[in-house]
Amino acid sequence: MGERQVELEVLRYNPETDREPHFQRYSVACREEWVVLDALNHVKETLDPTLSYRWSCHMAVCGSCGMMVNGEPKLACKTFLRNYHGVIRVEPLRHFPIERDLVTVIDDFVAKLTRVKPYLIPKEPKSVEAGEYRQTPAQLKRYKQFTLCINCMLCYAACPEYGLIPDYLGPAALSLAHRYNQDSRDGGRGERQEELASKEGVWECSFVGACSEVCPEHVDPAAAIQQVKIRSTLDWYQEHLMPWLKK
Amino acid sequence: MESVQSDVAIVGAGGAGLRAAIALAQSDPKLRIALISKVYPMRSHTCAAEGGAAGVIKPDDSLEHHFNDTVGGGDWLCDQDAVDYLVQEAPKELIQLEHWGCPWSREPDGSVAVRPFGGMKKQRTWFAADKSGFHILHTLFQTSLQFASIERFDEYYVTELLVHEGRCAGVVAIEMRSGQMRRFDARALIIAGGGAGRMFPFTTNGAIKTGDGMALAYRAGVALKDMEFVQYHPTGLPSTGTLLTEACRGEGGVLLNKNGRRFLQDYGMGPETPLGKPVFKTMELGPRDRVSQAFWQEQKKGNMMPTQWGDAMLLDMRHLGEKTINERLPLVRDMSISYMGVDPVTDPVPVRPVVHYMMGGIDTDTRAATRLPGLFAAGECACVSINGANRLGSNSLTELLVFGRRAALSALEYVKAGAAPVNEGARAALATAAQGRLRELMQRSGSGETVAGLRKEMMQTMEQNAGIYRTSEGLTEACAKLSELRRRYARIELHDKTNVYNTDLLQALELGSMLDCAEAVTQSALARQESRGAHQRLDFTARDDVKFLRHSLALYAQNEPPRIDYRDVVITRSQPGVRDYSGGGGK
Repeated sequence: MGERQVELEVLRYNPETDREPHFQRYSVACREEWVVLDALNHVKETLDPTLSYRWSCHMAVCGSCGMMVNGEPKLACKTFLRNYHGVIRVEPLRHFPIERDLVTVIDDFVAKLTRVKPYLIPKEPKSVEAGEYRQTPAQLKRYKQFTLCINCMLCYAACPEYGLIPDYLGPAALSLAHRYNQDSRDGGRGERQEELASKEGVWECSFVGACSEVCPEHVDPAAAIQQVKIRSTLDWYQEHLMPWLKK
Repeated sequence: MESVQSDVAIVGAGGAGLRAAIALAQSDPKLRIALISKVYPMRSHTCAAEGGAAGVIKPDDSLEHHFNDTVGGGDWLCDQDAVDYLVQEAPKELIQLEHWGCPWSREPDGSVAVRPFGGMKKQRTWFAADKSGFHILHTLFQTSLQFASIERFDEYYVTELLVHEGRCAGVVAIEMRSGQMRRFDARALIIAGGGAGRMFPFTTNGAIKTGDGMALAYRAGVALKDMEFVQYHPTGLPSTGTLLTEACRGEGGVLLNKNGRRFLQDYGMGPETPLGKPVFKTMELGPRDRVSQAFWQEQKKGNMMPTQWGDAMLLDMRHLGEKTINERLPLVRDMSISYMGVDPVTDPVPVRPVVHYMMGGIDTDTRAATRLPGLFAAGECACVSINGANRLGSNSLTELLVFGRRAALSALEYVKAGAAPVNEGARAALATAAQGRLRELMQRSGSGETVAGLRKEMMQTMEQNAGIYRTSEGLTEACAKLSELRRRYARIELHDKTNVYNTDLLQALELGSMLDCAEAVTQSALARQESRGAHQRLDFTARDDVKFLRHSLALYAQNEPPRIDYRDVVITRSQPGVRDYSGGGGK
């Protein structure tokens, strides 16, 4: 079985003891099939118990282990060492405050997610006794892709707008709002629209598309955002140019 | 120490904890709910469940069928009153999730689709492709965001329960971000802390599954019930232990030995069924305990494929075709390619049994109440005894919904009944003592005992002696080893003595939980001199209903091994019988 020595350069920062972040070099004997997370776990177990980072599922679904690997936002559990040569630089996700080492503060995202009302606001309320809402596979398909967001924050780390304008709601929160807007059972678009079409909403997006490129679940937030823009534009036309169409 | 006041506090914000929180918020908007978790809710391990959640919905099915499958699947160690409650509430809970937006897969007419699952006589497993747990968790988390009365405390690690005069009055927890301790006063407490699979080295469980919730209740004097029953899921990737859902077989995938034979037919689960046409409750749709045991037997005969990660069988899904695999098993395909370099569309995938689920846990009754007044529990950390000696796949997602809600309603009843709050002085004294214990751990030095070192020894012991087949000899050795490890743990030394997000500390505390749970597992397993469900003894190969149609109860005894007690199983109408998976379709 293949084993090779990998040089990791990991950003370290402990607010209690460090004035500023610095890099620490670890040389790790890695197996061929390992991902970056395996190497970090090896460091933690055998070289340096003080290294802090988040992880759990090791199957790209819990969204804990987002970090920058050689400058790109990645899930450490799905980033294979075999695809890298030379020193691998591991840093906390860009655009978020560092809490400690590779651990970032994600309060901002959680607050924004709450603001966009990411829950079903039923078009027609129904009792449990009355059974399920009917939803055809075609109706499911209209929003399914946008349900796949694991809240890993890679899209925020990739988004240049979020870096410049911290108030921007950002790709994941907007995609999840759009997910409910697109759901045949939902009637809450009007309630969400205020946030979505606000100045921190979709209009901040300059359609760079970096979010969709880095998304490990292929959610395609950029597509969600463009769809919201189109709907918002139609809303505007309806309201201003065809007021007679308003209910 | 700063304190947080609540009516009900919940420890754990996975499926069960979130379901409980929502039920509380909906029942009484004035209730103050503290939802405490060592991770952000969406990181909870519910997200990794793939296959689906069982609930009777189709006209050809019945609650009685679901009841019989569950009780027989559990080798009659289930409490039948609890199973009745589960099967009766299951469809309501799954419809409720649908109303909250869960993207269940659908039939062409728009009704909810269901799929076959191991040990189930009918199609009744609701699914959202092969990310069912993920969608359930996110639906619950997102739904919970609309309730202002649910106050979340994300990334708080609970170290102890506050128990005074025989009542539970809250918890103390470390805020990971600051390292500061906080006291949470609560009139009722629900533990929903998940399982403990990480005490084994090869597991589908995420890093966070360290039995913390179980250990909290156990140390406070609540028994851990039926801990010897540890489920091995038959199909994990040999490289990482990553789960490939049972739905692979529900959709028609088959298991082969190295000679290409569907070997389950040689272990009481045949005759062979036609390829791509799975038949309920036989062959690849046998229950998990039997399939994992068949693997072990076949391995002993030398019929398994050697791989660099140990022996494996082959999961062949090629005949399903690319379209079905992409539609119904996209995650399975993605993970097989990523972690094994094998595309199930073109090649069979090597798999082997892997530790997956704890049937045992905190002893609760059908109301999700423990014997400690004010303390309730639900989800994998609890043992309400719907799973018995072997859980059927897709019953656990249902369980966390049904009993998460039940725990909330029971806690609310308890609060409304109005027990006088524990006085401030007593709470403060308990919290200060807990803080003292933590400080002592942080400052201790000189022993050289490390988290990584002790954890490795624990895992090796569990793997060698508490696996699919067990012996008196191996379990005795494991019990002695765990006693030793617990003694050494009392001297453990941290390398990291700082406060902010100290994962050396976190892992040390998690290790303490795992060691307590592991000892409960091995002691209960040693005492159970029979083979039943997932607990197989090479020295007691038969089921013994005379002596062991009883739940084991492990009672914490500080530095000593737990005392093992027993309680009769609740049998209402299904008398113990033969588990028949030979294709007759069951009873």
